[in-house]
Amino acid sequence: MKAFVEEFKEQARVITRDLRHRGLIQTALRKYEVARDRRKGAFGNWQMARQAAAEIKYEAINHLDTYLAEFADKLMDRGTQVHWATTPAQAREIILGIIKSKNAKSIIKSKAMTAEEIHLNDAMEKAGYEVVESDLGEFIVQLRREPPYHIVFPAMHLTRDDISALFEKELGSAPTREPEELTMIARRALRKKYITADVGITGANFAIAETGMISITENEGNARLTAALPKTMITLVGIEKVLPKLEDLALFLPMLATAGAGQTLTGYNTMYGGPRQKGEIDGPEEFHVVLLDNRRTELLADPEQRDALHCIRCGACLNVCPIFKNVGGHTYGTTYSGPIGSVITPHLRGLQDWKHLSNASSLCGACTETCPVKIDLHHHLLQNRRNASEQEPSALERFAYKGFAFLINRPGLYQFAKEMGRLLEPLHKMVKGSKLDPARSWTSTRDLPSMPSQSFKEWWRNR
Amino acid sequence: MRITLFIPCFVDSLYPNVGMSMVKILEKLGHQVECPEEIACCGQPAFNSGYWEESRAVAEPVLARLRQSEVVVIASGSCGAMLKVFYPQMFAKTEWAEAANELSPKVWEFSDFLVSKLGVTDLGAKFPAKVTFHDGCHGLRELGIKKAPRMLLEKVSGLELVEMPDAETCCGFGGTFAAKFPMISTAMGEVKCSNAQTTGADYIVSNDSSCLMHVQGLLSRQQSPIKTIHLAEILANS
Repeated sequence: MKAFVEEFKEQARVITRDLRHRGLIQTALRKYEVARDRRKGAFGNWQMARQAAAEIKYEAINHLDTYLAEFADKLMDRGTQVHWATTPAQAREIILGIIKSKNAKSIIKSKAMTAEEIHLNDAMEKAGYEVVESDLGEFIVQLRREPPYHIVFPAMHLTRDDISALFEKELGSAPTREPEELTMIARRALRKKYITADVGITGANFAIAETGMISITENEGNARLTAALPKTMITLVGIEKVLPKLEDLALFLPMLATAGAGQTLTGYNTMYGGPRQKGEIDGPEEFHVVLLDNRRTELLADPEQRDALHCIRCGACLNVCPIFKNVGGHTYGTTYSGPIGSVITPHLRGLQDWKHLSNASSLCGACTETCPVKIDLHHHLLQNRRNASEQEPSALERFAYKGFAFLINRPGLYQFAKEMGRLLEPLHKMVKGSKLDPARSWTSTRDLPSMPSQSFKEWWRNR
Repeated sequence: MRITLFIPCFVDSLYPNVGMSMVKILEKLGHQVECPEEIACCGQPAFNSGYWEESRAVAEPVLARLRQSEVVVIASGSCGAMLKVFYPQMFAKTEWAEAANELSPKVWEFSDFLVSKLGVTDLGAKFPAKVTFHDGCHGLRELGIKKAPRMLLEKVSGLELVEMPDAETCCGFGGTFAAKFPMISTAMGEVKCSNAQTTGADYIVSNDSSCLMHVQGLLSRQQSPIKTIHLAEILANS
């Protein structure tokens, strides 16, 4: 198997030259930025809101043990079955076990990045179950048999023509350019599935410890149907999603909507507190909550980068990231892409295999500036780089930096190097951009500045 | 005021005129300028690549030499961020920790120094041209410099400043990133150049020569008529 870094570079080479992709993503995200900035105005003070949100998450994550226990107890009090999964394999086993025990055939699912993380759909399909994604974007990428392109906008890389052609091919619908009609085509296909599904699987945006409730926020009403219609509901949630108090949602729901999609508030905000209780007329008969660790506790043990667990998966850092905007979501090859993905994937899936994502950044800091819960994202990329090179240094790089330090700390030698540079410049011009050019990673697309006849230091000395 | 002017390695060897302009401006304002011969680089390339020990080998002599300085002005927002923000992190829990913490508040990026420390915006400069300003990321986000360069440009006679779309978006340089991931870096640079081109400006101005080196590299390859120039070069033009 090719190394992840080589795959990343290969895909990046192709997609950065794809000007259609570039235009599509830049345009979509510019619209997002305009909407987001308008909605930010609804907050009395956005920066103070960020600070407050960061402090709440700090409290939640620093006392995760007590809040998780409180959350689980409250859920169980109302008859919810709570499961703890350390690994993706355990989570899949728990969920498949529930499905099997219900003799289920068909499963409806609303959007859940945790499910992507543990490759749940693959596992369920391999076990012979029919799985249907009910979120429109997820439904589209499921039909294309590809992972979501973006945490929040799974199909943002597709135009309405792409989607129409896909529906025509997969669902036999007539071609259309109307977004409403495209939605109706998906709805007609999905409504039948809600009614026949035996099990509904959801993710969670927040887990409220105080009341033992799952908070799901969505724009299509599909998660409500997924949760309410099938007899069994399963929610897969990462342990970092805990918020201490119900009132915390008063800040986090509008914040998630604003940062995530440029909305004042997401269309549907629902809290699920348990299975159907005595005397209630609707809701699932059984409610299971699966709490997923998958190395989040290892991140918790890292005092430098623990705040990465504050993430509410709003996708705001992706939306402002110039790397993401140019390579797109699929190039990362990870469940979580963009800056947050580059920060946490090395923790979730191995530093040496995924350190290239931390290197593939200009460290511009746009992510950190925008993050609604103030995760120090771009500095964590620096820490990942340091940790990776301390663990397994590259002999060549270390030699180069040691050599550089030796040279730069000796003014005479440094002066000599500059003079050599001037002498060699005409020779470099002869090989510029070719395979013999040691600077070809720069010169294949960019010119180098020409060496001036005297350096600043020479001028300073002689003046 | 006695000012230690730190001219980073690439400005020294590739853009001497930027440093010369700074000396001219600071001296014209009546200050005494010194440029220490024995320090040349802040150590950022190694630091950004994760080689902190190798970076400290470059940075220790800088710390030692700048200890005696009253105020340090540096000719790059990026190298400024290295001294001001990253030295205290890199030297934390080492014998140099105190020196790094002491140096930090004494360090100023050039444009910020003129406006925030000296309170000067009008340098009597003339530059009859239409320009657009690119915010270098380190200056902007690590040091919080946004207004100072614009305040200085506004006072330049004959100069018209036009903001480009996404002026705060990275140009794609990113130090070793530009060589390690040239395809991404180039794409980012192309977006930056096309945004600058929409303004119809004659020059892209920045307070960081490293961004300008990247942008100019692309512009010359594209044979674009837009030129790049450092803020200090404009301010020294009379």
